[in-house]
Amino acid sequence: MSQNIRQPATGTRLLACHECDLLQSAPPQTEQGALCCRCGCQLLPGPAYRPTTSLALVLAGLLVFVLANVFPVVGLEANGVKTATTLLGTAWQLSQQQIEPVALLVLLTGVLTPGLELLCLLYLLLPLALGHAPPGFARVMRLVRVLHPWGMVEVFLLGVLVSLVKLAHMAEVHPGIGLWSFFALIILLAGNASRFDPGLLWERYLACRATR
Amino acid sequence: MPRYQVNSAASQGLWTCHGCGLLCRVGKTQADRASCCPRCGAGLHRRKPHSLQYAWAFLLAAIVCYIPANLMPIMLTEMLSGTQRDTIMSGVAYLWRNGSWPLALVVFIASVLVPLLKILSMLLLLLTVHWRSRWAPRQRTRLYRLLEVVGPWSMLDIYVVGLLVALVQLQSLATIKAGPGAVAFGAVVVLTMLSAMHFDPRLIWDVFEDDDERQASAAND
Repeated sequence: MSQNIRQPATGTRLLACHECDLLQSAPPQTEQGALCCRCGCQLLPGPAYRPTTSLALVLAGLLVFVLANVFPVVGLEANGVKTATTLLGTAWQLSQQQIEPVALLVLLTGVLTPGLELLCLLYLLLPLALGHAPPGFARVMRLVRVLHPWGMVEVFLLGVLVSLVKLAHMAEVHPGIGLWSFFALIILLAGNASRFDPGLLWERYLACRATR
Repeated sequence: MPRYQVNSAASQGLWTCHGCGLLCRVGKTQADRASCCPRCGAGLHRRKPHSLQYAWAFLLAAIVCYIPANLMPIMLTEMLSGTQRDTIMSGVAYLWRNGSWPLALVVFIASVLVPLLKILSMLLLLLTVHWRSRWAPRQRTRLYRLLEVVGPWSMLDIYVVGLLVALVQLQSLATIKAGPGAVAFGAVVVLTMLSAMHFDPRLIWDVFEDDDERQASAAND
């Protein structure tokens, strides 16, 4: 039925919804984001941070990520015996008990995926902010897309809170520096994800490559 | 029956690149051949390739794992008085009895209700696409969007078990071990997430276009 469809005026930007595949033209002001008019899916994100702002968020995120994984998240004290654990320690203890699949799951979703995602973003944003096109840009962009759903730092934090309550009756529980770092990490990651605009990054990459 | 405007990108020979999201024009003669995205070099597909097969396979595997995940203990507490085996539901019941009912509710929603509703919603989506249903496409698309958002939250209990295992290891009073149910439960979370990722929500809408095309060609004959 292609003869029934009016071609939009030349120069308007065409958008295809990635959830229902409706073809539509971009509204004049795309700074406020755009929603699909058929299924309501977000087509264009809101105002994107400039790469330097995103870069600052990523750097802060990496710093906090290290703190969150080095310092204990929660400590326990009972009968004079003290224990404390980090997220990595949790994965290690699980692997010690021959439950490697679960240990691997905790390691991947809690530590490796968020860490790798932050490193990938640093790799993409740092050269772009300096006006260079990073090699292997497409591959790293694809990697970020694949990694993103598997980062579960915020779920881990809720897990810590549940454990705190479960343990509170049997021993004295001390929240550690790691716990506060995880709070900060979640906020930084969420801030980053909400304004992450692959389209904008691609445009900047192509511009950087053209002027090289 | 509601009628939706048919104007999909695919009908115009425009495919969205799965790698970078660029809208690419695919020529009619080229349409059947494998082609690459000019911007990022990823292979171009009209819809996610083998979307339904993958989604079904992961979903069926998740359903199989869901049974041991709920029946087998996910946590073994070894105390002087003996070993206590905790399934997910008994963990919730324990929290409820100890008066922390908001927490019991959170754990119940995250580890019992969410995985079950995820499985049922994926079943609904896959079956309606199979039956080429025209029922409530907007709501089904929204359901899919919700599925992607809540996906990771059922991981909650795995983290709780992991933390308890790591913390209560050195105590002379009790030792906590992760049970076989934890493996099955982790598998359910991963498999339902994989199933949702492989499902292509555009298939929900394709049926409208296909039907209209068939009517048009029938009218022409």
